[in-house]
Amino acid sequence: MGEPAQRLEPANKPPQEETISPWKEAWRKFRKNKIALVGTSIVFFFILVAIFAPLIAPQGINEQDLPNRLQPPSADFWFGTDDFGRDIFSRVVFGARLSLTVGFLAVVGSAIVGSMLGIIAGYYGKWVDTIISRIFDIMLAFPSILLAIAVVSILGPSLRNALIAIAIINIPNFGRLIRSRVLSVKEEEYIMAAKAIGMSDSRILFSHVLPNSMTPIIVQGSLAIATAILEAAALGFLGLGAQIPEPEWGAMLAASRALLVQAPWTLFFPGLAIMLAVLGFNLMGDGLRDALDPKMKT
Amino acid sequence: MTTETLLKVENLKKHFPIRGGILGKEVGSVKAVEGVSFEVKKGETLGIVGESGCGKSTTGRMLLRLIEPTEGKVYFEGQDVTKLSTGDMRKLRRDMQMVFQDPFASLNPRHTVEKILEEPMKVHGIGTSKERKQKVRELLEIVGLSSYHAKRYPHQFSGGQRQRIGIARALMTQPKLIIADEPVSALDVSIQSQVLNLMQDLQKEFQLTYIVIAHDLGVVRHISDRVGVMYLGRMAELTDSEKLYDKPLHPYTQALLSAVPIPDPLYEKDAVVLEGDIPSPSNPPSGCAFHTRCPFKMDVCSQKVPELREHEPGHYVACHLYTEEGSAAGQNKQPLEEGKYE
Repeated sequence: MGEPAQRLEPANKPPQEETISPWKEAWRKFRKNKIALVGTSIVFFFILVAIFAPLIAPQGINEQDLPNRLQPPSADFWFGTDDFGRDIFSRVVFGARLSLTVGFLAVVGSAIVGSMLGIIAGYYGKWVDTIISRIFDIMLAFPSILLAIAVVSILGPSLRNALIAIAIINIPNFGRLIRSRVLSVKEEEYIMAAKAIGMSDSRILFSHVLPNSMTPIIVQGSLAIATAILEAAALGFLGLGAQIPEPEWGAMLAASRALLVQAPWTLFFPGLAIMLAVLGFNLMGDGLRDALDPKMKT
Repeated sequence: MTTETLLKVENLKKHFPIRGGILGKEVGSVKAVEGVSFEVKKGETLGIVGESGCGKSTTGRMLLRLIEPTEGKVYFEGQDVTKLSTGDMRKLRRDMQMVFQDPFASLNPRHTVEKILEEPMKVHGIGTSKERKQKVRELLEIVGLSSYHAKRYPHQFSGGQRQRIGIARALMTQPKLIIADEPVSALDVSIQSQVLNLMQDLQKEFQLTYIVIAHDLGVVRHISDRVGVMYLGRMAELTDSEKLYDKPLHPYTQALLSAVPIPDPLYEKDAVVLEGDIPSPSNPPSGCAFHTRCPFKMDVCSQKVPELREHEPGHYVACHLYTEEGSAAGQNKQPLEEGKYE
């Protein structure tokens, strides 16, 4: 009769290390969301393409092959060639580097600045809040792309300045989000409890308020990367971002817009890349939101 | 129990401003607490009861200065707490701790139990990391949990277990006074007595002094040595637990006690049912705040605020039925007879 005893063994195991952290719980939910996984795969695909661009691209980005101008997609030129005979596939692959970097850095920058301002405004309230919130209101009153154009025209057109402009216009989005989150978190009883045990304000901010305000930053961040990529492309298209001949997707669209009828592939593939990247980040962001912040679900 | 006073509260007031208009001018105030005085002796349990909105939680929080009092003094071991600097106040909180009402809200959901319990010691710089972790495990066992629970997160526990964690947190710094704000009202009735018994055991073991704030008279009776009844920011009656339940003097206390359900279907209740709602603390009635609902209302009640006076030794009551003015008015209707509220 040794068998039942053996079977009991796993059940007898003490549940000592059974820890379910909120992150683990969120990951468990995220993993079940198929659409979010598709989005995440797209994002990872683009990240890999960006990292290994020199290995993937068959040609250099500015290698001109004039005899093969405006070739339609073929086995030699997967995405065709443009009017200088440059391989569009190679340019789109390298473009992933630019777009992802711009999107990521702009969002990280605006998230850091926006969160700091939002936390200060939300936690200290009163006139501090009034000043910061009014600045956010003023910034949000402009259409964001217009504000970005204004910033770039002051700084001068370049990809780096486009990045700065995108970071600036996204600050109030993060700031307002975090401010409202902090306003609700600071009324929680565990903040009162932290005060009751004698914690200082700054310690409460970093140990209790910030970690509990993290999830909307992550969700908004992943969604904002999509917007940032789109904005970078828009600025590139307007000639205010990446400058020709940089292989930025928006700038590529702008450079080829005269060829829409003659060689549609010169526009189609950079456009498709923008669309896919934005879609990937959006799907991933939606999934993150559902997993991390079920209450935010619409 | 000694006779040494641990905490003395004098004429404590809290008025919350009501702001209105575009400029946020103060247009009025909510008189949440309107001159409350009491003493707590070392080792005793003082219960504070009252309806919601009567200012009992605000009083509790003012003692720790989690809410700054508008007026009045709080002496803890002879030291005026209201005059301390923010830094000194933080240090004093080592000796005065709090247990909160909602065990689901009072624990940070992103911290493990170990981190939650360790925090008070860390803040006050007590012990090394190893000693702190040891203490966490000890206290978990003391409050009836297991040491392996330390690595878990609050959402993995039931309400009763979480409240035990909340109590353990309050004990981490070995405080002298614990203010428990509705410690069991969020728990199932079956769990309430467990937690209350735990609190009583801990009181004996660690020589704690409690101030228990509750709206449930049964809870307060179970745990308190003395009970204060609050109504609209004022103390209506304050006396020994036994006396209060056997012979309540204030008509409000009588009404409260007769509202306690008695688990006996044959018991015929001679209930004093209060009419109307508790008046707004932003516009309290003149004179005795209770006169709008009092079955024994006299003329003097709407004119003069009754003071909290010692009617019998150790039995304080704020009611004109027991003052000269009330007797002089010749309308001294005797409140309900003795022993009706058991």
